[in-house]
Amino acid sequence: MTATKMSGADALLESLERQGVKDVFGILGGAILPVYDALCHHPKIRHILARHEQGAAHAADGYARASGRPGVCFATSGPGATNLVTGIANAHMDSSPVVALTGQVPTTGVNSNYMIGRDAFQEADIIGITTPITKYNFQLRAVAEIPSVVSSAFYIATSGRPGPVLIDFPKDIQAEVADVEWKDGINMRSYNPATTPHPLQIRKATELLVEAERPVILAGGGVTSAEANDELLTIAELLLAPVATTFMGKGSFPEIHPLSLGAIGMHGNPLANKVLLEADVLLAVGTRFSDRATGNTDTFCSGAKKIHVDIDAAEIGKNIDVDIPIVADAKKALSAIYERLIKQVGKKPESSWQKRVKEVRSQLNPPEQAEPKELKPKTLLQTLRRLLPEDTIVTTEVGQNQMWSALYFKALKPRTFISSGGLGTMGFGFPAALGAKVACPERHVVDIAGDGSFIMTEQELACSVTEDIPVTVVVLNNGVLGMVAQWQRMFYKRRYMATKLGTSPDMVKLAEAYGAQGFRARSIPEFQKAVNEALKSKVTTVIDVPIRSEEDVVPMVPPGCGLGQQVGDY
Amino acid sequence: MENNQKTSVIAALVENKPGVLHSVSNMFRRRGFNIESITVGHTEQKGVTRMTITVSGDEKTLEQITKQMNKLIDVIKVNQLEPESIVTRELALVKVNVPDIKGRSDIINCVEVFRGRVVDVSPESLMVEITGTPDKIDAFLNLMKTYGIAELARTGLTALSRGVKSLKIDE
Repeated sequence: MTATKMSGADALLESLERQGVKDVFGILGGAILPVYDALCHHPKIRHILARHEQGAAHAADGYARASGRPGVCFATSGPGATNLVTGIANAHMDSSPVVALTGQVPTTGVNSNYMIGRDAFQEADIIGITTPITKYNFQLRAVAEIPSVVSSAFYIATSGRPGPVLIDFPKDIQAEVADVEWKDGINMRSYNPATTPHPLQIRKATELLVEAERPVILAGGGVTSAEANDELLTIAELLLAPVATTFMGKGSFPEIHPLSLGAIGMHGNPLANKVLLEADVLLAVGTRFSDRATGNTDTFCSGAKKIHVDIDAAEIGKNIDVDIPIVADAKKALSAIYERLIKQVGKKPESSWQKRVKEVRSQLNPPEQAEPKELKPKTLLQTLRRLLPEDTIVTTEVGQNQMWSALYFKALKPRTFISSGGLGTMGFGFPAALGAKVACPERHVVDIAGDGSFIMTEQELACSVTEDIPVTVVVLNNGVLGMVAQWQRMFYKRRYMATKLGTSPDMVKLAEAYGAQGFRARSIPEFQKAVNEALKSKVTTVIDVPIRSEEDVVPMVPPGCGLGQQVGDY
Repeated sequence: MENNQKTSVIAALVENKPGVLHSVSNMFRRRGFNIESITVGHTEQKGVTRMTITVSGDEKTLEQITKQMNKLIDVIKVNQLEPESIVTRELALVKVNVPDIKGRSDIINCVEVFRGRVVDVSPESLMVEITGTPDKIDAFLNLMKTYGIAELARTGLTALSRGVKSLKIDE
């Protein structure tokens, strides 16, 4: 292939096009002007103007999680770049493939002095700042290296355990014209994520599973990242093993499947928490055993033999000691386990274990009310599930709204439940919903929000309206920072310091101010009507649902306790 | 917990690129691992830098350190060296106060016993270069304390495995 003369900005955009990038979320500024100028003659890339860089980063993250394709965001140097930080940290914690591009002050100033490092206007050391919250970061130093840096960035972001990668792009390199050449292949001797499972470990794991009397599968976010959902389902059905998920694993296994237990954890489904602790063999896939998932680790499945499949070797033995570690891609590992299993076990008849699970289910998960009278978080979310098509993508904010969603909103398909699990970023849900809608324009996207969270990134309503990205926001409006208020109520003797938000703003008027539509729903029928209107709408809809300010998220495992010590009814 | 602590030497081959030392040291800081010493230098292979890091912790911590190191993109290879089959060395430059002529010859005698070298002489002090295991250097410095150490620079420990076992990049 021959070299072409072009500017750094053009080389970057052409590299993005070659990666299949069609949508970019961002905000421009001085140090990234040449890239934005070059966007004028790269019409294949749609730029979506966010109203705050955090929104751009979350949108790219939501885009990635909804579609499985890397999400891309742009920001200028300095404050633009630092505003991305929360979004990047969020993507890092939840292993989401985001590629962030930041402008940087020029490497050299007007009189050829070196400029980076001299505290130039809008300079921030974004490489130093994002080192611990990116999978990798690059600072471009020459136009010629742009093709290889961009392809490496996308390769790193999407392979192995996915994660965010940042490219810092000094302004003079954006403008400089030089020979650019695209070559095939990526040559990185220091980065070769292992994906194939070790046959011996697969054999040992299979032996354990064959002999297991009370097997349970725990599916984490890694199952969907690896697109191992079908493999998970076939193994579960072969073994008749009940499947619990972590919060991040929600959606990896259909929650209406007879073997589904729901999510484990602090606000997990009591059924999942109870059955998990009774397992004699635990097959955990693509999970890092987060503290919110396991509760007190001393009592976490202490009697069970544990098989842990993870693509990240550093997750093995980090939080929980396991018996059979398998460092591999979840899809490959589960297929290999299935291949061996199918030779050794036929379709199992129902055993006492399945009877036990059924019994626990009937005790702990009472059937849903078909026609609920009262508008409460639980009935609202169950009603919402019934109103939404199966493939609707739901995002959540962070706090009570999120935990209620985990408990009562059943995720039926992979990549349809998107939430900030690791970092717990308030304000994530709405921009993530916009990203998801851009990635999947033919599907409905609903953000299940709380008033406290929604207000943190509510300015993206402007982006949603002007860029024509219609989504639905359901605000569970309790006028307080509900999750923290709940902790104050439970552990700080009801001293409600700084958790009261009051009734401002009026969410309906807020929506209308941005050109979106707003509804207020005070009853189940009003809520049903509003959701149906929203699903027909060509413009973003905010549905404000006033709820009691002292509504608790229960059941709950109190901090420091084991999953067996969960209190409160489902 | 305390008595499970052991000191271990980790050797890593890393890309010789800007920011690699930062990402390694930053990972140690963020995860609460403790670096006792770190030495960094080129290897026989172009573009490859070797880091020798002395760390302490229990078995689990040491395993995590190795895994977290390996996870860093620019780290090519990591090995926890086996303490019974490695050669470790450290170099120290010590400026020792010289009290009088007798003191000077006593110091020089000590230097010879420890197979060090006097590398600079001034009326009030001697500069000594000494190489060896950290224990040997500690012992020498202890002796020199009686004269008074004016200034001290230690390189930190570096190490190689004995015999055929080598940390090399797979071709």
